[in-house]
Amino acid sequence: MNGEVAIITENITKKFGEFTAVDKLNIKIPKGSIYGLLGPNGAGKSTAIRMFCGVLTPTEGKGEVFGLDVYKDAEKIKQNIGYMSQKFSLYEDLTVIENLNFYADIYSIPKKVKNERIEDIINMAGLNGREKNITKTLSGGWKQRLALGCCLMHKPRLLILDEPTAAVDPVSRRIFWQIIYKLAKQGITILVTTHYMDEAESCDEVAFIFGGKIIGKGNPKKIIEEKNAKNLEDVFIKYVEEQTGEKVQSSFDKIKFIQS
Amino acid sequence: MNMSLRRLMTIVKKEFIHIKRDKASLGMAIMMPIVFIMLFGYAVNTDVENIKIAVMDTDHTVQSRELVSKFKNSDYFCPDVYVKSTKELEKLIDNGDVKAGIIIPSGFSKKIKTGKNPQMQLIIDGTDPTIARTALQNGMMLTEMYSVKIQEKELIKKGLNNNKSKNIDVRTRVWYNPNLESTKFTIPGLIGLIMQNITVMLTAFSLVREKENGTLELLIVTPIKSAELILGKMIPYIFIGSIDFLIALFFGSYLFQVPIEGSLFLLIVLGFGFVICSLAIGMLISTIAQNQAQAMQMTIFFILPSVLLSGFIFPMEAMPKLIQSAGYFIPLTYFLKILRGIILKGIGLNYLWKEVIILFNFGMILLIFASIRFKKKLD
Repeated sequence: MNGEVAIITENITKKFGEFTAVDKLNIKIPKGSIYGLLGPNGAGKSTAIRMFCGVLTPTEGKGEVFGLDVYKDAEKIKQNIGYMSQKFSLYEDLTVIENLNFYADIYSIPKKVKNERIEDIINMAGLNGREKNITKTLSGGWKQRLALGCCLMHKPRLLILDEPTAAVDPVSRRIFWQIIYKLAKQGITILVTTHYMDEAESCDEVAFIFGGKIIGKGNPKKIIEEKNAKNLEDVFIKYVEEQTGEKVQSSFDKIKFIQS
Repeated sequence: MNMSLRRLMTIVKKEFIHIKRDKASLGMAIMMPIVFIMLFGYAVNTDVENIKIAVMDTDHTVQSRELVSKFKNSDYFCPDVYVKSTKELEKLIDNGDVKAGIIIPSGFSKKIKTGKNPQMQLIIDGTDPTIARTALQNGMMLTEMYSVKIQEKELIKKGLNNNKSKNIDVRTRVWYNPNLESTKFTIPGLIGLIMQNITVMLTAFSLVREKENGTLELLIVTPIKSAELILGKMIPYIFIGSIDFLIALFFGSYLFQVPIEGSLFLLIVLGFGFVICSLAIGMLISTIAQNQAQAMQMTIFFILPSVLLSGFIFPMEAMPKLIQSAGYFIPLTYFLKILRGIILKGIGLNYLWKEVIILFNFGMILLIFASIRFKKKLD
């Protein structure tokens, strides 16, 4: 397939028993871009992402990450990606420095550059002086930047972030996205899922997923124009209304017992 | 599969930090063998002594009192309750105050003196066969000895001193545990059982915990190999398990005076092997279970039958063939043979090689199986 793409899929599908979580997904993510995967809860965003990471095996369809097959070369793909899952998943009972050392050693980072990288990550995350703190005691923003640091440890070419800013305050969110932009400028491809439409608008390209299917994709500004909407949030809601055939409105009327 | 020593040691180091930070769990792991050995060592005891017994003596003679004192002087009976009627005796047995009763009818001593066969009755509560069996055997033996003594007296009186009955002279010799103390049998078994239960539990949760915390998902996207992860997680527990084994061995042997007849070195080496084997069982459980609750259920599902099927208390010979063969799939079965062989019989590898080979194979197969079962996937 194309040498200029980071991820490309053809009808990639994931079923859990009877339930189809991801249904014939076709996606093409150019190298060096920031790609947003948008969709309501349970749309299949995380499942799709996990297939790209090699954490889940697709049920059918094709998929390549940097030209590597998601079925056969899952282990090779893993060497090229950094993955941050939805839930904070560093070891909470380890200290900051113990977590960093752990990932550096798991990725077999050469001893010569290891300390340098760890120091850089600590600076990036603003954790100077907190190296010996137990990770559990850190605030959300710090935890998130530490997690990001851990998955940058091996200099991945692709960064996959699953709702990275879901649990942090606006300040930490802003800092986090500034880091993301700078990483993209370095040529690192970024795939991110999010609920925040302001975050989505700053992506190079977005795809809306609903019920495991892609229902619209393209450059955020163009989509807004095409859909004649005010912003991406409107687009998002219009898409959901198109799909469900129902107006997204308050269902307050339904709880009659509370209305006098 | 090229294993990386650095990655393996990274996992080992991380596990040691987890253990170090979780002081409560570490304390439990060290205290458990001590508490269990003491608790079970005293509780699992089939030597029945001081059986409470009621006496209904309607004869009231020197002879009848002599018979009762024979019961009293043995360690097995405690004839402290005297009753006047069979009804009273019945009531005592019904509500469990006494486990047996002896009835000496009037005319007991008269019959002895006149050379007739005197009679007495021994009533036993059979609900607990262990107590009943002890009461029956010893009650019979005591009265038999007493009647032989009376006969001899009578014969001496009649001047027929030399006319001893010609019985077969059986010289019994019980090997390894001459006093048939049940602790000698249970303590080595207990050491094995406790070791199995503690070590299986140590690893049963190790992988599922990471699954639940979400840390496994992140580990999966790293270049870690499943064998490195499984082995790395086991090594710290092999260390703890071996310490547990030494603690259990020391307390079991010292507190209950069960000396180790065979080679202590061999025992420790094989104990080390068994620790690895049952840690591998726990690891396998951890790869199958989806969450910690399931891991707990599976652990219990394995531990409870193994108590019975391994021959820890009940002899395997007494079980139906099918149940017996289930016992051969439990590593503890072989380790119990090794423990009892070395501790009680003092035998070495020349007798135990079969068990050692089987145990070794069990460990290897379980470890390989756990490594294969653990795929670096979440589906």
